[in-house]
Amino acid sequence: MDYCLKGGFVVDPVTQRQGKLDVLIRDGRIAAVGPELDPAGAEVFPVAGLHILPGLVDMHVHLREPGREDEETIATGLAAAAAGGFTAVAAMPNTDPALDNPALIAFVLAQAERVGGVRLCAVGCLTKGQRGEEMAELGELVRGGAVAFSNDGVPLPNAEILRLAMEYSKIFGLPILLHAQDAHIGREGVMHEGRWSTVLGLPGIPALAEEVAVARDLLLAAATGAAVHIQHVSTAGAVAMIRQAKEQGIKVTAEATPHHLILTDAAVAAYDTNTKVNPPLRSEADRAALREGLTDGTIDVIASDHAPHTLEEKHREFALAPDGMVGLETSLGLVLTELVRPGLLSLDEMVMKMAVNPRRILGLPEGSLTPGLPADLTVVDLERTWRVDPGLFRSKAKNTPFAGRELVGKAVATFVGGRLVHRE
Amino acid sequence: MAVWRHKHLLGLADLTAEEIELVLSLAGPCKEIFGREIKKLPTLRGKTVITLFFEPSTRTRTSFEVAAKWLGADVVNLSVAQSSVAKGESFIDTAKTVEAAGADVIVVRHAIAGAAKLLAETVRCSVINAGDGAHEHPTQGLLDLYTIKERKGGFHGLRVVIVGDIMHSRVARSDIWGLTKLGAKVTVVGPPTLMPPGIETLGVEVAYELDAALARADGVNVLRLQLERQKKGLFPSVREYARLYGMNAERARRLPPDALIMHPGPTNLGVEITEEAACDPRAVITTQVSNGVAVRMALLYLLAGGKEDGLLS
Repeated sequence: MDYCLKGGFVVDPVTQRQGKLDVLIRDGRIAAVGPELDPAGAEVFPVAGLHILPGLVDMHVHLREPGREDEETIATGLAAAAAGGFTAVAAMPNTDPALDNPALIAFVLAQAERVGGVRLCAVGCLTKGQRGEEMAELGELVRGGAVAFSNDGVPLPNAEILRLAMEYSKIFGLPILLHAQDAHIGREGVMHEGRWSTVLGLPGIPALAEEVAVARDLLLAAATGAAVHIQHVSTAGAVAMIRQAKEQGIKVTAEATPHHLILTDAAVAAYDTNTKVNPPLRSEADRAALREGLTDGTIDVIASDHAPHTLEEKHREFALAPDGMVGLETSLGLVLTELVRPGLLSLDEMVMKMAVNPRRILGLPEGSLTPGLPADLTVVDLERTWRVDPGLFRSKAKNTPFAGRELVGKAVATFVGGRLVHRE
Repeated sequence: MAVWRHKHLLGLADLTAEEIELVLSLAGPCKEIFGREIKKLPTLRGKTVITLFFEPSTRTRTSFEVAAKWLGADVVNLSVAQSSVAKGESFIDTAKTVEAAGADVIVVRHAIAGAAKLLAETVRCSVINAGDGAHEHPTQGLLDLYTIKERKGGFHGLRVVIVGDIMHSRVARSDIWGLTKLGAKVTVVGPPTLMPPGIETLGVEVAYELDAALARADGVNVLRLQLERQKKGLFPSVREYARLYGMNAERARRLPPDALIMHPGPTNLGVEITEEAACDPRAVITTQVSNGVAVRMALLYLLAGGKEDGLLS
């Protein structure tokens, strides 16, 4: 069906076009953007008082299929993404089995096709079985449809394997998404090492665990010329090194999660396992540095690291609970409430970090409301006040430390390729 | 005088100085019972105390059992082998089962920090933390405080040294909360690899060298060294640890004549403390055990809703 979005406020940092404009969608693509457009047979979709953004992309999610369909499936994960305002997600390959061959990539893409909603970008394993021992068949993964490679969730102890993979990846020009964490420092840790880990008596993960790996990985990126993307940056030292690397012209991009930008290790104080995440919630100083990195451009992307777990897995002793929290349905609301409203980030900058930059890194069509581009767009009510209620999540999982929090700003409609995949 | 408002005792971090003093003041009369011919009181008659230990323990479990029995409660001891946990038996399940079996108070020990709090959130009865990972061991803290108060009269301005594996010690944390709240000056001593980051923010001084700290100490609490820490590379050898941080006769000589030598037990004789130092006239290690029964009686009485003057009547 064709739509004419009437009366909304367009935000498009790529074209720098901004204002009260209508958007005409025809045959799945943006047909026109302008004032008072004639619907010409398209269904009028009233969006007065709402903002129309290029389709948001969450480039770091775990959809758990295949293998842990009790935690999440591709269908429930993509439904959660649509409800959260995302038009595409990049699914990490640490499933069971891990996505290290083209058949598995094809399976994941076919499952998403069957759902027919939000786009799924498949990320392939950087090493076979994610074991960090030998390079996966990167070319086969590309043939199967992978858009990037990653070791997400597993440190890479062997720098030589990473160096070779970086060299080899240059054949395809696809980015390597790096979970930068030393394999030994803080290996038994379950939260940030600092005053709170000492008070709570929980083994700590020092900031160094991330920084040692970021330093190594940046050196390797500089030497090989590969395009690398540092996932879920959490420490001040990592932000500083990435900033410096960018100044030196190293091809590096970086992401931060809403939870690292909003919470600190103090949130762990009540042993709430929903605050247990890897990398861990860090110190106040780390959070401040992340926010500074976000505003000065060191951090290119906000991504949720959506990590669904069952209630049974999370309702247990802190150290034994798995890492991770869900994020797809809270990410936009949290960013709008905690970063955009207080003026830390403009709406334009938010669109860059949640739509434009992830698309550029993953090689997707530009995140812009330009005629001819696929009609992926997110309609947002910036004034909508709502309370996070995990019981209403489309995701199978409810593991969020933000339950009960009041947020201002919500996606009210999500269009993917001109199809309305979510509306409230 | 303070009023007891707590349903559970999870840590000394949660208590005010007045509440700690209240427990200590009630422990005094409890200790008198040690001299009685017939030690059984009717105070907690009809109440059931279940000890639920996921880690081996002799003295803490026995101490709770004696304390509860002297107060007239029925006591059931449940030791859950780590193997059943490994088999997938859930902590929450076990907790609910124990409560359903009729517990009024559950005394819990677990290897993981926060487990006692999780239990308290799961059950409706009272929970006493008998040690959770490296978090807290509040009744050990209370008995250490009682022992110091008994010998020294008070805490203000006292210098207490805690030496050993501070990083993994729940005893150290409970002692630090209690001692600093009551006005003592605490110095923690140990190798940097066994010193948790940010410990100084709890109001203690940190030192890596023991002898200087001992010279001015009113008391030294020597922590047990878990020998498996060496295998993780946190210090090079037990021999070197004993030389740098062990309490021995020579170090005992450096201690002021009226200082106390404490140890939460069980001791690794010849490792963190030599037999000579443990038998020094200033050592109060067995007194600590008796005092453990007294403070646990006081605590069980308070958690059962007892009034300050009704304990021995």
